[in-house]
Amino acid sequence: MATPSLSTPTRRRKPLQLGGYLGLAVAIAIMILPLVWMFLAGFKERDEIYTVPIQWLPEAYDLSNYAAALAAVPFGSFFLNSTITTVIGAGLKLLLGLTTAYAVVFLEFPFKKFVFGLVIFALLVPQQIVMIPNFTLVASLGWINTYQGIIVPGLASAFGTFLFRQHFLTLPISILEAAALDGASHWTRLWRFIVPISAPTIAAVALVSIVSEWNEYLWPLLVVDRSDMMTLPVGLMLLQNNDGVTNWGVLMAGTVLVTVPVLIAFFALQKKIIAGLTAGGVTG
Amino acid sequence: MRTIEDLQRDTDSAVAVAAPNGAVGAPLTPAPPRTFTPRRKKKPWKSWLLFLLFAGPNVALLIVFTYKPLLQSLYYSTLQWNLGSASAIPVGLGNYVAWFTDPGTARVVTVTLIFTVATVGGGMVIGLVFAVLLNRKLHGRGAARTIVVAPYVLSGVAVGLLWLFVFDPNFGITAALLDAIGVASPPWYNDPHWALVMVIIVYLWKNVGYVALIYLAALQSVPRDLLEAASLDGASPVRAFRNIVLPLLGPTTFFLSITTLLSSLQSFDIIQAMTRGGPLEGTTTMMYQIYQEGFQAGRAGYSSAVATILFAVLLVVTLIQMKYVEKRVHY
Repeated sequence: MATPSLSTPTRRRKPLQLGGYLGLAVAIAIMILPLVWMFLAGFKERDEIYTVPIQWLPEAYDLSNYAAALAAVPFGSFFLNSTITTVIGAGLKLLLGLTTAYAVVFLEFPFKKFVFGLVIFALLVPQQIVMIPNFTLVASLGWINTYQGIIVPGLASAFGTFLFRQHFLTLPISILEAAALDGASHWTRLWRFIVPISAPTIAAVALVSIVSEWNEYLWPLLVVDRSDMMTLPVGLMLLQNNDGVTNWGVLMAGTVLVTVPVLIAFFALQKKIIAGLTAGGVTG
Repeated sequence: MRTIEDLQRDTDSAVAVAAPNGAVGAPLTPAPPRTFTPRRKKKPWKSWLLFLLFAGPNVALLIVFTYKPLLQSLYYSTLQWNLGSASAIPVGLGNYVAWFTDPGTARVVTVTLIFTVATVGGGMVIGLVFAVLLNRKLHGRGAARTIVVAPYVLSGVAVGLLWLFVFDPNFGITAALLDAIGVASPPWYNDPHWALVMVIIVYLWKNVGYVALIYLAALQSVPRDLLEAASLDGASPVRAFRNIVLPLLGPTTFFLSITTLLSSLQSFDIIQAMTRGGPLEGTTTMMYQIYQEGFQAGRAGYSSAVATILFAVLLVVTLIQMKYVEKRVHY
């Protein structure tokens, strides 16, 4: 009796398998074709872009669109500004998350629950409701067009603190007891004992916050109006505004310059980044 | 034969014996305290001071850049005040009244609703389909997963711009595809309805990988023997999916519906890059209106009122979720 019903799935498997591959192929095509289109357009001459039927491959892979994009707007500054704000912003955010989570888990304080609640509730406060007061504050401090103006208002760590706290609660207590008996200070315990054994979690959280800092658009758009202080997403929009007609070749070259570093980093570190992205989902 | 229970009992009693010495037992005792108060009683204020040193900077930043501005915003919403202006006139609930009675508000709410329902609902459905595909034992599914998630890590501005070229009514991919089946390209750029469809598609493309990823993680935790048992009982894969897998995905679905709802209601980059809220304000969501009123029109008081309304909506939605999750946790 068991044999016939067991064979059913095997008989069904062939067409299902085929359908699975077809579905996978469609999904991949939808996700990847727009990126390929962008990448190829960066090499195309005007007459290869403004043509019907559309032409997928450029005649030659020359870099004139890239040269034009680099000449039109200061991409070098954008890149530098994005790198500085991302490294400092994500680095400090990580540090704040680690120390806050450590305090909440391992230190004593009368209003600990309240403090943690304060940190977590901040997750529910959206950017749009604080942006006018923060803009006013940053302007009054003279921080318009400065790195601190871009970085500081978004520096506090709420989500990172939450994830680190979850992680710290699972750490083997014996290691920490050993550290405590050693007489190590809390600062030493954090850096010599907790951080090394938490490296995978820290890396995952770090990568996700690097990606979101790098892509951050609305806040830098508000506090920067000088092109030499713009980050990549803000500066990229200048290519679109330059003249009335969109020059797709140049615009796509600029878009490639913004997206490709992130894509390379993502493909290289995808395991860690994906772990970071799912961490929120699993704990949440 | 020693069973697991026996082992457990043995170790438990070992713990019971060993515990007073404080040597063994940490792994099995329920949640030992994580704060180490040394045997000789230290002055508590020392720990408090350390706590303030460790957590203080983060909390201070939250107070200055999240909580204080939150209250300020509530106050600003009662003012007729232009950004950068030194004078402000208190108008009470005037800004709220103005928003609710403005003839354009119905359109903004409709656009917001359509955008939100389409991106959240569409994202969940497509994300689940992708996750089911990626969960099958197919060659190349690892690479496929990476590709599906890739757009999620890209800048929204860059994604908007590259899709603007994909949607070019004359020279884009969609025009070519539609032409192949003998249909003329819709006026994506110039028609408010098509423009809304366009930004929805792009939003879905960018964010669906995240939904797929979370669903995939949940699918992988569905016990295989449960599905095998169903298959032995003669249940078709479709029925097994509907009656076994979908209910198990319930908590994940709920989590995703809330997180994607929150980010959809706050989406800005794609709209700014593609349509700037146009044409004819056909893609002006509440979030975009807040930006426009505050920073283009300079009506900071009015903008704060709209922001407060949107915040209230987000808060209510989140509180409902928390209540729901609390109920779900113990099943």
